[in-house]
Amino acid sequence: MNANDEIEIIKVENKNAKYNNSNNTNLHLNAESKKESDSKVESKLDIPMIEIKGLAKSFGTFDALKGIDLTIAKGTVFGFVGPNGAGKSTTMSILATLMAPSSGYAKVDGFDVTEYPHEVRKRIGYMPDFFGVYDQFKTVEYLHFYGASYGIPKAEREQLIPQLLELVNLSDKKDAYVDTLSRGMKQRLCLARCLVHDPELLILDEPASGLDPRARIEMREILRELKAMGKTIIISSHILPELAEMVDEIGVIEHGQMIAQGNVSDIQNKLRVKRFLHIRLMGREEEAEVFLRDRPFVNRLLRDERGIQVHFGGQDEEQAELLHDLFAAGFKLVSFSEAQTNLEDVFLEITKGGDALQ
Amino acid sequence: MKEQAAGRSGGMSWRNKLINPVLNKEFKLRMRSPRAMWTLFFYLFAIGLMALSAIYLTQLNSRGSQGFNPEESKLLFYFLSMAQLGLIAFMAPGLTAGVISGEREKQTLNLLLTTQQSSATIVLSKLVSSLSFMILIVIATIPVYSMMFLYGGISPKQLFLIFLFYLFIMVVLGSFGILFSSLFKRTMISVIVSYGVTLFIFGGTAILFFVLVGMMSQAATQPIANTYSWIGHVIAWNPVAALYSILEPSISEQAFTVNMGNSSVKRAPIELWQEFMIIYSVLSGLSLWLAIRKLRPSLKRRGM
Repeated sequence: MNANDEIEIIKVENKNAKYNNSNNTNLHLNAESKKESDSKVESKLDIPMIEIKGLAKSFGTFDALKGIDLTIAKGTVFGFVGPNGAGKSTTMSILATLMAPSSGYAKVDGFDVTEYPHEVRKRIGYMPDFFGVYDQFKTVEYLHFYGASYGIPKAEREQLIPQLLELVNLSDKKDAYVDTLSRGMKQRLCLARCLVHDPELLILDEPASGLDPRARIEMREILRELKAMGKTIIISSHILPELAEMVDEIGVIEHGQMIAQGNVSDIQNKLRVKRFLHIRLMGREEEAEVFLRDRPFVNRLLRDERGIQVHFGGQDEEQAELLHDLFAAGFKLVSFSEAQTNLEDVFLEITKGGDALQ
Repeated sequence: MKEQAAGRSGGMSWRNKLINPVLNKEFKLRMRSPRAMWTLFFYLFAIGLMALSAIYLTQLNSRGSQGFNPEESKLLFYFLSMAQLGLIAFMAPGLTAGVISGEREKQTLNLLLTTQQSSATIVLSKLVSSLSFMILIVIATIPVYSMMFLYGGISPKQLFLIFLFYLFIMVVLGSFGILFSSLFKRTMISVIVSYGVTLFIFGGTAILFFVLVGMMSQAATQPIANTYSWIGHVIAWNPVAALYSILEPSISEQAFTVNMGNSSVKRAPIELWQEFMIIYSVLSGLSLWLAIRKLRPSLKRRGM
């Protein structure tokens, strides 16, 4: 992402652009403040939003993190993938200044989390995997409390909070007591809480855990809007496959080690040691099945009414040869396509072995 | 606009200093809970019952005498003051021992710790909030005390001093409660330890004092010729003795002149309540400092 991209994101003219002012005083970007923010953006673009180097954390004899390195540029949506206990939440807790690393360092917007926790807290909105709410607060009061805790004056909160409630679709629940909200509503309220001080970085630890499909979709839509607002988001989630189109990069962590990191499509390409080919023929299916079974790199094969599904172990060159051989053998092909692997496949593939990328 | 903003920020600043967001939240949440109303009700019920019972018993004993004896009124006042001290000792740990650990158990603490509020603000706000509720309860008992004024024998100054002492003991026990709440993750453990420490302060120090007095009496064959005995410093740790030394200043002299022959010529080096306040001011300050330090995890890296 370059400076222009970042500025373009800030220029996005939608209802959410009003949140993009860093000092919370006026949430609409007018011409003057935009110039100022453009120059700020250019000057700050060199610094990654998250910089982690050799980060390790031990609990007694258990090593939760074993020296991970991670760099996330501003405006990136980073998906953090890994099985339970891999170290995702520990990493996020360190970034949220709730835990000190045993060694290594973590920086947010250039500020070391251990040296400048106050500065880091200004820049982050943290949503833990499990959180509680003050049940005897009304929704509006809940947000007012956190807004005040971030030093936002009451007059500004009065303007900001209705906008936040609108963003998370809770406007009609503004006077409801928090304990009357559903789980999904509480998750959205917590997300609004994360945004109350307009942080540059959102650290979302399993934001959709325990939600029903509808609530997940709502959460995904909100995250999509936040991405459009130019927020840097680091997210660990069970619904990562559903978020595939909005995640720019993923990092796969297992046993406290980062075993893969990069662009989603790059990782998918690297991982295509197994391909799923879908072949449809104009007749002669049984004959083609026998033919395909004898071809190299064909591991498994399934024929049904939709065609032939081939579990293929070769790379691009071998795949091209297979297509050539089918033509040469006189089979009439309706289609020859490769089924797309999704993030879930990537996750399962990586965490199964971890050697695939090495 | 600038003036408006300046005025607003000026207005906000003194209000922010007076009531910060955490304190505001604590006030609201505490008073919205039905528990607040019931606590107040049962406290007043208990103190009222004790006062009326004591008045009834006193009247019963003095049947036949003319009018009301101011000395008996004084005794009633002492009794009520001690009863109030006991109720405060019972209430303070319960109100403060869960303020941090409760947030941890409800999983709201981490959210609070990632805000701009300092550890000191969070801890002190929780203490002030708990103290305010206790003060409200104690002030609500003033009408019960006013019954003593009907009979005479008590000066308003004494009453004022007693209430100041209550405030102090609330701060002390509240600080201990908050410290344990900050140190222990489970509220149950924090509450048990807080009550244990309170029990030691009230009962343990008294038992220790009387055991030491007994040992000294047995060991000493003749009175010691010092200006005062060190044993008074032991009972100075006890809040009941400290409160009693406010009501009856001669108690301090008696405590410091154990086994010293003619006590009438000796003076206590320090009043019990004064020493009590010095000791517990230091301990209370230390407790709060430690609670503030322990609220957030230390972010200093190890092995670096």
